[in-house]
Order: sequence, then C-alpha cells, then structure tokens
Amino acid sequence: MTLTRFVTKNAFRNKRRSILTVLSIGGSLLLLTFLITIWRSFYDSKPSEQSAQRLIVRHKVSLVFNLPSYYRQKIQAIPGVKEVVNQQWFGGQYKDDKPENFFAQFGTDPMELPKVYPEFSIPQDQLEVWQHDRAGAIVDVGLAKKFGWKVGDRLNITGKIFPLNLELTIRGIFAPPDPTQSIYFNKDYIDEGFPKLKGSEGFFAVLADSPDSVTRVGQAIDEQFRNADRPTKSETEHAFQLGFIGMLGNIKAFIMSICLAVVFTILLVSANTMAMSIRERTREVAVLKTLGFTRNSILGLFVGEAVSLALVGGLIGSMICFFGVKAMASLGGMFTGMKVTPLTIAVALLIAAVVGFASSFVPSYHAAKVNIVDGLRHIG
Amino acid sequence: MAIPLSYNIRNLRLRKSLTIMTALGIALTVATAVFIMALLAGLGRAFATTGDPLNVLMLRKGSDSELAAGGVSRDAMQVLKDLPGVARNSKGEPLASGEDILVVVLPRKGGTGETNVTTRFLSPLGLEMRPRIHIVAGRWFTPGQREVVVSSSINRRFEHTNLGDSVHIGKGDWPIVGIFDGSGTAHDSEIWGDVNQLVTDFERSVYSSVLVRATDPVAAQALKNRGNDDQRLELNGMLEPDYYASQTKSGGPIKVVGWIVAFIMAVGSCFAAANTMYAAVAYRGREIATLRVIGFSRPSILTSFVLESLLLSLLGATIGILLMLPFNGMTTGTQNQVTFSEVVFSLRMTPAVVVSAMLFAIIMGLVGGFAPAWHAARRDILNALRD
Repeated sequence: MTLTRFVTKNAFRNKRRSILTVLSIGGSLLLLTFLITIWRSFYDSKPSEQSAQRLIVRHKVSLVFNLPSYYRQKIQAIPGVKEVVNQQWFGGQYKDDKPENFFAQFGTDPMELPKVYPEFSIPQDQLEVWQHDRAGAIVDVGLAKKFGWKVGDRLNITGKIFPLNLELTIRGIFAPPDPTQSIYFNKDYIDEGFPKLKGSEGFFAVLADSPDSVTRVGQAIDEQFRNADRPTKSETEHAFQLGFIGMLGNIKAFIMSICLAVVFTILLVSANTMAMSIRERTREVAVLKTLGFTRNSILGLFVGEAVSLALVGGLIGSMICFFGVKAMASLGGMFTGMKVTPLTIAVALLIAAVVGFASSFVPSYHAAKVNIVDGLRHIG
Repeated sequence: MAIPLSYNIRNLRLRKSLTIMTALGIALTVATAVFIMALLAGLGRAFATTGDPLNVLMLRKGSDSELAAGGVSRDAMQVLKDLPGVARNSKGEPLASGEDILVVVLPRKGGTGETNVTTRFLSPLGLEMRPRIHIVAGRWFTPGQREVVVSSSINRRFEHTNLGDSVHIGKGDWPIVGIFDGSGTAHDSEIWGDVNQLVTDFERSVYSSVLVRATDPVAAQALKNRGNDDQRLELNGMLEPDYYASQTKSGGPIKVVGWIVAFIMAVGSCFAAANTMYAAVAYRGREIATLRVIGFSRPSILTSFVLESLLLSLLGATIGILLMLPFNGMTTGTQNQVTFSEVVFSLRMTPAVVVSAMLFAIIMGLVGGFAPAWHAARRDILNALRD
C-alpha cells in the first residue's frame, strides 16, 4: 500500500463525515471563487489592445456637464490624436425599468464611430445603411441575442433624462471582442427632439496613434482647455470604467471582509473535522508508531489527508462556480462578461490547500506526539 | 415524554471545542447576513425617512429624477405658487421652492477614488420647508453669495469639505460656510447652496424641480394631480416621500450579491452543523439506546437532537450578532441609481435585522440537525447497546 493510497483510504473511512466536510468546504470555496471573479473583473481586467489606445475626454467637474461640440476639431488637431468621436449618454428605458432590460444607449456620429472603435466588427453593408439612416441604430450582438433582435426590427426607447422618445430601426449588429451592452444611434436624433443639446456633447472618445502616447495626449488635451469655460478631464478608457466601479462604494473592503470571513469559516470546518477524525484514531497512531512510522511521517499522513479533503472541496466549489457564473453571464445584467479563469481557480485551490494545511497542523501535531503506551490504552 | 433541555446543554458543554468551532462557523455566516441586511436597512431608512407627506415635488413631465435634462419652467413655477392649497409662511409668502440640482466630483477620504456628490441649490423658503435639517457648525449660506453648506456625512467622508474649504462649481469657488445635519435623510448626502446665485452663474432657465408645501394631505393630493393633469404645466407631480422611496432600488446590486453570498455561506454552514451533529450522535450511540430503553420515544429523541442543533445555531447567531454590534451606525456610501451620485447611509441593525438573523440561524440549525437527529432516532436499540 502506497502512502497516497493510505491517505485517500483514511480520508474516506467515515464517508458521511468526509462528504459533509468536502461539501462544506466546497460551498465556501464556491463563494471564494465567486468573489475573486468579481474582484478580478473589476480591478484586474487588462484593457484590450484597442482600449489601451483610447482616451475618454469629459467635463472636468462631472460627466453630467456637457462639452461644446467644437472641442472635437480642437482635439483632432492635437498631435498624437488619430480619431475623435462624440458620444452622448441617452439613459432611456427599454420596455420597463427592470434591471434585466437595462443597457446603454449612446448618441454618436456614425461616420466617426467605426474609426475610433475599429474592433467592433460589423458587416460593411449594414454599417453603410446605418450611416445613412438618422433613426437607425446598431446593437451589440450580445444584446441582439438576448432580446431576439434582428436587423430591421423597431426599437422604442423611452427618454428618462431627455424629454424625448426614440423610435429606432436596427440597421446593424456589431460584434465587439468584449460585451459592451450598448447600442449606438445618430446623435442628431436627440438634437432634433431636444434642440437645447445641439452644439454640446456628453464626452469624446479619442483614439491615440499608439498606446504609449495616450498619457501625453491626455495631458495635452487637458492643457488645451485648462483655462476654457469648460475645462476637460482626459483619462484612459480603462480608468474611466474603473471610475464607475469606484462610485458603487467601497467594494474592495466589502469583498475583502467577506473573503476573510469565508476563509476563516473553512479553517474552522476543516479543523473541526480533522480534530474529530484524529481523536478517533489515537490508538491507530500508536500502532503505526510501533510499526516504525516516525513522528514526521505520521504528521505528514494527517496533513496530507486534510489537504486532500480541502482540495477536493475546492475543486467541486470552483467547478460549480465556473458553470454558475457562465450561466449567470449568459443571462445578462450585472454579471455580463464575467468569467472564472484558470488562474482564479488556481488561486482558490491554493487557498484551500493552505487552509487545509493550517487547520490540520495543530491536531496532527498533538496526535503524532502521543506516547505509544498512552495511545494504545486510549479508548476512543 | 420530552427529554429535558438541560441534557442538550450539558452535551454541548461536554464537547466544548467542537461546539465552539461549529458555533463560530455559524456566527461568521450570520455576521455576513447581518452585515448585508444592516446595509440594506440603513439604505432603506435613508430614503424612507426623507420627505414630508405635505410636500409635493414637481418634475418635468416624463422624468422621474431631479437630475434629468430640462425641467420646470419659471412660468410653471409662478403658476404653482398661486395654486389653491399651497401653504404660506408667517410672512404670507407661498411655500414653493424652485430648486436646481448639480453634481460635483469630490475625492473620498482615504484615497479610494472620487465620486459624484449631489449639490442642491435652493432658496431660504426651501430651508424653511425642511425644518428637520439644521446647522451644526458655521451658518447657512447667504442668499446672493457664492457659498455652500455641506452635510456632516459629506464632511466626514470627503477631502476638502471642512469649514473654510471651498468647492469649485461652474465659474468659481464656493466657500463652505456651514455644516448641516440631515437627520439620517437622503439630504445627508448633499451639499446645499443658493439657487439665485447659481442661476446667475449658469444662466439656467429652468428649475430641476419645484417643491410645494400643501396646507393639508387632501390639498397635497390635489396639487399632485393638478401638476400631472394640467397640460400647460407639463409636470410630473409626486409626494416627496414617494420620490425618495423609489430610490431605495439603489440597493439592488448590494442585495443581489449579498443574498448570493449569504445563501452559499448558509449552505456551507448547514453541512458543517450536520457534521457536528452526526459526530454528537455517533459518540452517544449507547446513550441514545439507553434513553430508548428507559422509555423515551423515537419522536422525543428526534426532537431532542433537533433542539440541540438549534441551540448550537442560536449560540452561533448570538455570537454573530455580537460580532457585528460594533459596526452598527457605521456610515458608508453607494451610488444612487436615480441620481448617479453618492448616497451616504449607515449600517442599521434594526430589530427586524436581528430577528431575521435569528430566523436565518434557526433554519440552518433545522436543516443541519434534522438528518442526524433522524439517524439517532432510527437506530436499532440492541445494536447500539452492543457498540
């Protein structure tokens, strides 16, 4: 009998207990994987190649203030700027105000948008039709799938910020590398229904000529408008998106404190099981010792048992999380685009192993230290 | 006959470390649930306590947020002032306050980024209509001056918001001349300034909203309907408390993630509790058989073990609630989903939160304890005695 086999045999000698422990640890690790996934999707996401080359220019004070449209030409003239496109958040409502029906609607310039967002792949003929239809819209392929939209469908959006309802026709479906949950339409449509907005834009998306020049271009833009009536704030698209997460509140502390609670819970559960199972085996330990097993190898056996239980639990938990997040992401809403990556699973398993090790060390150490005679006399 | 409860208590005390570790596991789960419920309770309270049922808020037709573009015109404001049912103050002025909302970006303390803060511009009449809000330091802003007052929560949570600092709004710096206490309402997340000064600075032609005070509840309803029905005014009227209550949905993301977390933790804890109870049953095989021989029935053994599991989980719940007590009243913020700006609220462990946490623990105890108790009650007496 090999040592590994000995450990696995022992781990499942009391099947019910082992299964309950594994499930309990599995539940905790499911949660841990879930939280790490949220964390990573918020703070750890690497901007894509195109995104790293883009800047968002907005009013310095707040996104709710608009910038004059003529800033576009001025920005375009700044060295390092390749393309500029205006965008206006419409903030309307589709069907009802249920969160699952929420998506972003941007009024923009259809001629310029594809230049700034070259990664949005859209059939050329669809793009051309859209560019020539003032009441046309292009929609993210993910949204199209979710709502069953087809090219040519009507799309009615009720204005919540603007006193204006949009009656759009879907002219194209674009496929971005990462889900955007957005639709784009011609901003002139808003200007016609709400003339006060004419001549001003929500923000500008700027494509720089290379990722390295992004910082410099951002500073140059802000410098240009520093003493203007409406100063700007330029930041990378990634930083801009992170800013929104920051507004949700102190998510970092929230996730961290729950993670700590979860890890501590696994520690307790695992330590509890190991203490129970080791106590039962006091006599066995003495027998093993008489057979010539050293203290260290006995310690290793127990620790190995705890670590493998924790790992099995971790594997089950992270797998459930993997498929659970996949299912939730396909539903849309706040989980869109989230993925449990192999790295996340590896981190979760590592935590499981460390916790398993830590939890078994004290009871195993005591068991391994037991005097042979006392051990043999022990009544379990 | 029922087995006395003291039997269970003694048993729990016998295996002290096992009991404490399981209870701690449950405690952490309960603490997490309490934390989430307290957050939601605090957020709900901030919105539920805002607004006077006699105040009617008028927004532009089709809008349900003060931050929407377009607003209530000056003309509509004049009409509103003279509507029947509008209350007057001691000087005989009609209580109607045209207000403007802006959002400024302020850095949070502790370097955790910057966020939008709602800035409300109103007239002295607007202050008069919100008697619960009072100054705690400094003074109110002077009409016609670029001055603002900040709420004490904003003062605590944001950099550069002390008396003597200033906030940059539009064309100039507005010095902070006072700090007010919002009494736990949504105004606790706001900065206030003079509306006429803002109008001058920004050349605003409309108000974001108009707040009108009615003489009595019937008049309030009538004013609301008048606003909604009058084609000329093009308004969306609602009672002030209803407007704020609708913003409670800002807790949505916390709610979704919170309940997923609490549910998964509870499942894990159920298994852990079951494990402990199975161990308790296994150790006591002979004891249980003896109880049966003495004449205790199967149902009473079942009840006894379920009760023991319940005791364990209630012990856990108590520890969990005690763990969370120091956090009661802690203020935090999230994004208001209607105004897209910071809403400050406190964690509130209301009686409802505590009772729900206890119920949560009881469910865990029942689910975790039933199978082991069933197992204990079903065991064969002879075999158990021979163990």
